[in-house]
Amino acid sequence: MADTTAHLEAHATGHDHAAHAHEPTGWRRWVYSTNHKDIGVMYLIFAIVAGVVGGILSGFMRMELQEPGIQIFHGLASMAYGVEGGEALDAGKHMYNVFTSAHALIMIFFAVMPATMGGFANYFAPLMIGAPDTAFPRINNIAFWLLPPSFLLLIASMFFEGAGPGALGFGGGWTAYPPLSTTGHPGPAMDFVILSLHIAGISSILGSINLITTIFNMRAPGMTLHKMPLFAWSVLVTAFLLLLSLPVLAGGITMLLTDRNFGTAFFRPAEGGDPVLFQHLFWFFGHPEVYIMILPGFGMVSHIVSTFSRKPIFGYMAMAYAMVAIGFVGFVVWAHHMYTTGLSLDVQRYFVAATMVIAVPTGIKIFSWIATMWGGSITFKSPMLWAIGFIFLFTVGGVTGVVLANAGADRALHDTYYVVAHFHYVLSLGAVFSIFAGWYYWYPKMFGYMYNEFLAQAHFWIMFVGVNLIFFPQHFLGLAGMPRRYIDYPDAFGMFNRVSSIGYYITFVAMVIFFYATWEAARKKRPAGDNPWGEGATTLEWTLSSPPPFHQFTTLPRIDSTNAH
Amino acid sequence: MTELHHPGIDPAMARRNRRVALIGMFVAAGMVGLAYASVPLYQLFCQVTGFGGTPQTASEAPKGFIDRQMTVRFDSNVANDLAWTVTPAALVTDNIGKVDTVSYVATNNSDRPITGMAVFNVSPERAGVYFNKIECFCFTEQTLQPGETVDMPIVFFVDPELDDNQELDTIKEITLSYTFYASDNEGS
Repeated sequence: MADTTAHLEAHATGHDHAAHAHEPTGWRRWVYSTNHKDIGVMYLIFAIVAGVVGGILSGFMRMELQEPGIQIFHGLASMAYGVEGGEALDAGKHMYNVFTSAHALIMIFFAVMPATMGGFANYFAPLMIGAPDTAFPRINNIAFWLLPPSFLLLIASMFFEGAGPGALGFGGGWTAYPPLSTTGHPGPAMDFVILSLHIAGISSILGSINLITTIFNMRAPGMTLHKMPLFAWSVLVTAFLLLLSLPVLAGGITMLLTDRNFGTAFFRPAEGGDPVLFQHLFWFFGHPEVYIMILPGFGMVSHIVSTFSRKPIFGYMAMAYAMVAIGFVGFVVWAHHMYTTGLSLDVQRYFVAATMVIAVPTGIKIFSWIATMWGGSITFKSPMLWAIGFIFLFTVGGVTGVVLANAGADRALHDTYYVVAHFHYVLSLGAVFSIFAGWYYWYPKMFGYMYNEFLAQAHFWIMFVGVNLIFFPQHFLGLAGMPRRYIDYPDAFGMFNRVSSIGYYITFVAMVIFFYATWEAARKKRPAGDNPWGEGATTLEWTLSSPPPFHQFTTLPRIDSTNAH
Repeated sequence: MTELHHPGIDPAMARRNRRVALIGMFVAAGMVGLAYASVPLYQLFCQVTGFGGTPQTASEAPKGFIDRQMTVRFDSNVANDLAWTVTPAALVTDNIGKVDTVSYVATNNSDRPITGMAVFNVSPERAGVYFNKIECFCFTEQTLQPGETVDMPIVFFVDPELDDNQELDTIKEITLSYTFYASDNEGS
């Protein structure tokens, strides 16, 4: 977007001696860190660790579903809990539900959100707007260090009594609908989950306040909002979504907590409460949440497509305001998750229409990415492959989303594998592909070394085949009527489940390549240079050294007013 | 606090930052408040609109009845921890707008007095707003002595305005369902 005239100054100040004097070393540098880049790197490492845990959980699920019948989980249960026979079978069935619930919560709160809004947003939003750091570096530190205890609480919940004796962990899905999450899980496991989500929520709210303040107040001179890079726009919109939606989740799960432990009756019909109210509260958070996961990806993909097409992004203003529009409309469509709860036809008509409206700004973004590539001088480096993969997969998921937006179609598809396929296409494939795109785009900037391009491309192609093999057949399973959240299924669903599981193993190989590529890059130490991507990379982070100095922009860069996006 | 600030942040900037952060905190706190405010608002909304099958209570009989017939079915559910048997009333088919009286029969199967209470719901939920009860045992606690059997009468009518609602054109049956729970102060 905006170009800089302060290229040289920014460089010179990178070696400012005064700044170096305060540079902490050893473990203090990380644990006490108030540096947005170090915190960003810690977020990314945390997200990778959590992503591996969540991915392993889904591996057990795919192994179980590979064949009809129950093969894995009764054995797992007898290993973990020391139960035998029929008891092990029951414990295994519950354990399967615990794994699906934990997989979802880990991937959402501890993998995707820390990677995008924690890692990339912390690291690159201040760089892109020409800020020396975030507005509240210490709040940034607190926000990060709240996450590990939150994650540990969620993991711990799997080892405490949930749905009764012998049924450890919370197995009510990430949506945690009452009464299954209240009277259905009398044990302490659900209380662990609630506390974990509270802490993760506080972390995200603090982080989003920090980012909003940074972007509003600390842009470099001349960097108006309308010259701000699209990634910074996406972070700003996402931070607002977090700030407005997470407190509602916090309220909802606090009501669950008091219903469970302190005798309130928010969701207990026996005393005049209504369990459906929880669904309204949950989805008022839950729907913006899915945009929280995908919007930073939109921002990253915009920069990558522009960089590797050697063209400014097509329709900058439309791109920025499409994200704002998605953010707004995202708050008024929540009941499309609840078509089967007995909404009146008029209410359903409204939610169908409002949901479909979201396809308009989303379409603007997709067409603008394609228009950016159109006539560009495209190089298919690995970040570009991931970005194009993202656009393709997200569009597939968007199309099935428009199908599901119809209340009539949703009657048949509600809680089937069609829904599972839909949200994995937009999130597991869409959001995760955008994270890998950002990873390979900014890896040389963050660590100063270049990865092996062949390995990065191998990672992409193998993962692209793998994830499509996992999730595309699930459309067919859903259309044929296979419901979500069951450990077993009739033999008729066998073939596509087997294909889906094979896709998981292929994806697993791709992840092994990812870790090998990261290790290889760290070992070979090929210097990346300040800007490995050439003239297409125009944002401010490429004017700095790789990795950037510990403190950057001690003299703020000045954005040339004639040099708009 | 000045030593905490980055060299790039001067006091004026720090003040502005604190202001934005404070507004952010208020917004977050306000959204938590809204989540709680939604509880009474939601209940009010349900009672006014009959949303979610919330039946209406009426104090007087309707003005008249119409030609269209409606079957009303009765259903009862008893929570696990309540040692009662509740038999629902038989179904009633009558003209819409006519007042009918039916009775549920509840028996205490235990050897001690038990207090129970009932909540109710109408299906299809859209019909809740037209389902009027003049007299019923809803939300009043009732204590049954050991082995006691009581009749629980319901006086109700279906509002003829139901006929104006296109969404309910195909509806020929309404089900009134009661769920009985043990009250917390058992056998007072």
